[in-house]
Amino acid sequence: MATSMLPRHLSENGALVERHWQELNSRRRLYSWLGFAVLVLALSGSLWFANDSNAGKFFDRLPHFFDFVADLAPRDGLEIFRAMFDLPSPYDDGSFKYNYPDGRLYLTESFYIPEYVHKMLETVNIAIFSTVIGTFLGFIFCFLAARNLMPNPWVRGFVRRLMEILRAFPEVVIAGFFLAILSLGPIPAIAAVSIHTVGALGKLFFEVVENADMKPDEGLRAAGGNWIERVWFGMVPQVLPNFASYFLLRLEINVRASTIIGAVGGGGIGELLRLSIGQGHQAKTLAIVILMFATIFAVDQFSAWLRRRLVGDQAFQLAQ
Amino acid sequence: MTSTTRLSALEMDAIASRHPHLLQGSSNKRLRTILISVGLVAYLVFSWWFFSIGHVLGNANWGIAGTYLADWVSYEVRPEIKIARDKTMTLDYQRNSPLGHNPNPAWVELDKETVTRKVELPAATGQTAKPKTSSSFSFMAPGAVLGTASAATDQNRVETRTEEIITRAVITYDRLTKIEIADGLVKATHRGETLTMAVDGQDTITPQGALPAWATQKRPGEKITLAFGATGWADVEGDDVSIRNRFFGWANFLFDTNSPFFGKSYGDVLSLITSGERIDPARSNLSLAWNNILYNAEWQHLDVWTKLMQTVVMAFVGTLFASLVAFPLCFLAARNITPNFLTNQIVKRFFDFLRSVDMFIWALFFTRAFGPGPLAGMSAIFFTDTGTLGKLYSEALENIDDKQREGVKSVGATPLAVQRFGVLPQVLPVFASQALYFWESNTRSATIIGAVGAGGIGLKLWEAMRTNSDWENVAYMVLLILLVVFIFDSISNACRSRMMGQKAH
Repeated sequence: MATSMLPRHLSENGALVERHWQELNSRRRLYSWLGFAVLVLALSGSLWFANDSNAGKFFDRLPHFFDFVADLAPRDGLEIFRAMFDLPSPYDDGSFKYNYPDGRLYLTESFYIPEYVHKMLETVNIAIFSTVIGTFLGFIFCFLAARNLMPNPWVRGFVRRLMEILRAFPEVVIAGFFLAILSLGPIPAIAAVSIHTVGALGKLFFEVVENADMKPDEGLRAAGGNWIERVWFGMVPQVLPNFASYFLLRLEINVRASTIIGAVGGGGIGELLRLSIGQGHQAKTLAIVILMFATIFAVDQFSAWLRRRLVGDQAFQLAQ
Repeated sequence: MTSTTRLSALEMDAIASRHPHLLQGSSNKRLRTILISVGLVAYLVFSWWFFSIGHVLGNANWGIAGTYLADWVSYEVRPEIKIARDKTMTLDYQRNSPLGHNPNPAWVELDKETVTRKVELPAATGQTAKPKTSSSFSFMAPGAVLGTASAATDQNRVETRTEEIITRAVITYDRLTKIEIADGLVKATHRGETLTMAVDGQDTITPQGALPAWATQKRPGEKITLAFGATGWADVEGDDVSIRNRFFGWANFLFDTNSPFFGKSYGDVLSLITSGERIDPARSNLSLAWNNILYNAEWQHLDVWTKLMQTVVMAFVGTLFASLVAFPLCFLAARNITPNFLTNQIVKRFFDFLRSVDMFIWALFFTRAFGPGPLAGMSAIFFTDTGTLGKLYSEALENIDDKQREGVKSVGATPLAVQRFGVLPQVLPVFASQALYFWESNTRSATIIGAVGAGGIGLKLWEAMRTNSDWENVAYMVLLILLVVFIFDSISNACRSRMMGQKAH
């Protein structure tokens, strides 16, 4: 910053340049400060607005911030594992709070899957299934949206707008709409998550396709290949590793999304979590939270490992 | 060059037979492809069974789906014509009819007559026992009707009344569709086909002739449903005809039926606002109109806008705080900046923890802590994104070019100055770009966590959907959300491409 210490030894032209630089510098600094002031203003306005329209006020609630931690403490630590694995509780008084064994899903006479594990598997399966469907449709759309493969701007524009709308359309609405038509169950969640996935993956996919090497495509075109052959033999082999990486990234996101959608009525573990928090069942809540945490963590680590193997270190791009 | 690469077909075959492995993929690879496809198909079949998709889709009520979708962009007006035993009629509209309190639309033509007659209230209280009211548009409270009816159970009371009754009603749906009711005959015309139904004013209805494709009757004598496609439908019963006339558009979007501006054309409203006499002496017409728009009972503009603003604020503050907190922490997590394995691992696992306890769980917890509202959602976004941004930031730091740092270090700069001039210029655009990206993407996530009580428009959307009758409000909110997301998308894209150059997309 102390670069303009000795301007007096400069020639006339040098002084002019120096003055101009000073001007630009001060203007730049003014803009930075203005931007900063606007940001601070927006932030404090937002904070005031949020606090004002919240049910509890921030400073009123702050002393009670950790109350819910006390609310969450089960009667003893082992309760959590009893709840997680549906073992009978010593405190069982017939209420829903301690009825852990009721949720068992018996596969054979004696072998059962605990309720929460079962629901967690259901949620993960919702995520996998919708990611597969979304990837399939996104795969088809992306070649129609890529500039280098689809010269017709109308088709391209249409597919891109379609994907934008699918991406931005609130998932809650899709889930709610299907919930109104179908009965309660996992299908509204599948529909919501896969529709969003089509839009999100389609965008990432077509960007990969646009950055692909066009030489194989030229070769195929020269040999008289039709559009499908060009895509299948010229493009797909190049982009497949990246597609697979994005598929895994999306899977991570979708596991989270399907828990949330589950909570608003799509079945799976999310709904159970919302219910047990609402009813104040501490052991059950903690069991579900631990299970979700472990699952999401495991899926994240597994997919990160697999992606690193597939495409190397550049696998960590943004996507949501 | 060309002479060496140009091969005859014979030479090609020779090469192919000498090196078959070059032209045919390895059997291993082919096997893998087959295995993957088989596995995928098996998985899809399994999921079809697991989620019982076929069963659920088969049992779904797709007719309702069409109605709900139509509700997004249109509304129904529901006049109901009751037919008495003497084939006279009365007309009611639904409560909160979009046409206001005294609807008299042009598509309902009525022939009215004022008669003085003796009305016999029958002993058996059937559906027809409801006494006629003096006017077709003002009716007694249901309790009063019941009271009269039960009082009449003992003996047949005979009353003499003067009242206005309807002798003939014509409801015109559109050019090709209309229903005409007169003298106990309901005549429905749709696309050139006419169906005449005789109603007896009690509980039996007899179609005359075969039912056309657009009419259905489950059992003889029971109600006939007439489906006219997009323009509406009607239920005809022995003593009542329910009309459902569908109109395109959003009803009463600006002024609800209680507003003094209701039913006026834009020109009238404008002239009222600019030069009309004060409707409410306490304030100007402009402020009255604005107030009526904001507090429109059906559309609740002010509430929707406030909730949308909350969503935006949640995303903005959450992301901003997350990036501010993640910024210093990521320097501790990056192994090339802080060469201390333990610190790296602790901070990285901390980020993983924040990320893996999902935004949804954070939202539920903070809703408990702060009560429902944007504070909860904001904190949830803040916690989750501190993890995500911290991870991304530290990865960006680990990928920086080391030469600039060495250069700054070699001139004897302090450690802080090394970071400031050797590291920051490289990563700051990336950091800002990622924060902007998350700002925009969080606007979307904030909608979802709102539905579990964390503030914002999510809950309002969810409530509107639960009633199954406010789909037009859902459409309105979705439209606003899409608009906001697109605006932020373009702002953040513009900022990012300015910061990153052409690389960002």
